[in-house]
Amino acid sequence: MSEVLVVVEATREFGVKKVTLEMLTLARDLGTPAAVVLGGPGAAEALSAKLGEYGAEKIYAAEGEEIDGYLVAPKATVLAELVTRVQPAAVLLASSQEGKEIAARLAVKLDNGILTDVVDLSADGTATQVAFAGSTIVKSKVTRGLPLVTLRPNSVNPTPAAASPTVEQLTVTVAEGDKLAKVVDRVAEQKGSRPELTEASVVVSGGRGVGNADNFKLVEELADLLGGAVGASRAAVDSGFYPHQFQVGQTGKTVSPQLYIALGISGAIQHRAGMQTSKTIVAVNKDAEAPIFELADFGVVGDLFKVVPQAAEEIRKRK
Amino acid sequence: MNIVVLVKQVPDSGADRNLRSDDNTVDRGSANNVINEMDEYAIEEALKIKEAHGGEVTILTMGPEQATESIRKALSMGPDKAVHVVDDALRGSCAVATSKVLAAALRTLNADLVICGAESTDGRVQVMPHMIAERLGVAALTGARKLTVDGGTLTVERQTEEGYEVVTASTPAVVSVWDTINEPRYPSFKGIMAAKKKPVQTLSLGDLGVAPAEVGFDGATSAVLEHSKRPPRSGGVKVTDEGDGGVKLVEFLATEKFV
Repeated sequence: MSEVLVVVEATREFGVKKVTLEMLTLARDLGTPAAVVLGGPGAAEALSAKLGEYGAEKIYAAEGEEIDGYLVAPKATVLAELVTRVQPAAVLLASSQEGKEIAARLAVKLDNGILTDVVDLSADGTATQVAFAGSTIVKSKVTRGLPLVTLRPNSVNPTPAAASPTVEQLTVTVAEGDKLAKVVDRVAEQKGSRPELTEASVVVSGGRGVGNADNFKLVEELADLLGGAVGASRAAVDSGFYPHQFQVGQTGKTVSPQLYIALGISGAIQHRAGMQTSKTIVAVNKDAEAPIFELADFGVVGDLFKVVPQAAEEIRKRK
Repeated sequence: MNIVVLVKQVPDSGADRNLRSDDNTVDRGSANNVINEMDEYAIEEALKIKEAHGGEVTILTMGPEQATESIRKALSMGPDKAVHVVDDALRGSCAVATSKVLAAALRTLNADLVICGAESTDGRVQVMPHMIAERLGVAALTGARKLTVDGGTLTVERQTEEGYEVVTASTPAVVSVWDTINEPRYPSFKGIMAAKKKPVQTLSLGDLGVAPAEVGFDGATSAVLEHSKRPPRSGGVKVTDEGDGGVKLVEFLATEKFV
């Protein structure tokens, strides 16, 4: 069977990201999963156990200061060389900013079609995408070249399938033309141990109804009790209640968790665009007519400052 | 500094949006077509750079005839002129082909700096800046929440999941921006009047030396096979808090096995 290249997404802090495990799970249905690690020196070593656990039969490692020290272009060049050599059945990347950007350059280099925000890919190359804020489901196909797709996080249930991957180090020579955008610093801002917003199984979000930045503690408390991430509506972000990187919506992150809890969020289309493909939606809002209730599997019309502390207390009791 | 801002006309994301049943393209006929929201931030950033460092700001749009409305709207914010790539053969173009056309148009404009929105609200694909940079062999600084121009050196703060990266490059370069970068100005009455007289040059595929077979449905590298509306969510339970709303909420979470 041909290899299916899975471009690994990982963070220094938490290692392999869940979306990578989803890609490896999906890749097993399409061919032989082969993980591609594009990162700094020693990157593959730290990730190989986890990649093997989810079925990577092979790991291609392209490591070096120059891979990591410039924006995206060196990674795309290495990947293009690899694709040309191994002629995989498909190339999977995460539908993150960087995943899409690497895929973009790869598509131009290989004159190959590209499909982003894919939620499923079948063996014949037919991809399922969600469009227009989750309101439209699209079946599509790359018609020139191989299936080059970026997978949206939380699309596939990641399941382990132990393999013992062999590691192949790739020779990395980064051309001058790929060293035009230099990364001079990386600054971590997200604090604490909460899961990342786009990957979390549970997201608890606050909106204008939360009232102020201090009150967001309530949202954080419920999120922590459920092991979830914290999100915010645009109205809450614009009002300065919570930082922009946690914004869920049309001009923020798109999330698709198992459980999404909206607190004090009216459910304007701007917000719905970022969360309406969540599996289960719960809403608390004092306005019974708020459009968020049209989406909610369970809605409480009431004062979130009464309902949320009581819910938090009830969860503690049951633990 | 010679700045080109990429502007895309998209269906209003605040209203119902559809794909056409005949050719699977975006239904522009039934939509309220507007400037892609993120592009307004790109225009604002370009105008700020021009105000601080001098130069010229040009709008570049690829799109059907009706995109002229969005071009005039963009010009009303203050840019100097616009270029509109319009050709019937472009209909149905994929991202790869679109980047080829935009790169060809940019080669005629000799931009020091190309600025665009980080994504469009219709496709949200985010690939265009890197595709164009790849074709032009220039740097791409993408996902910027802050841009600093110092002579020919550009520095951005690039928003990431974990925080941000500081990335630097020399011009010429492509920069894409998020809506955190600035607050776009509203067109003034004077701006709206002036926009009507600003030059808008139209370019066809022939003008750019791109063959019709390389673009549109014929040249597409991917195809939509079918599409359907996602069924509306239904059958939710709504309760009014009578002092036990929090408990009821957790009871629901328990039946769904979240607690």
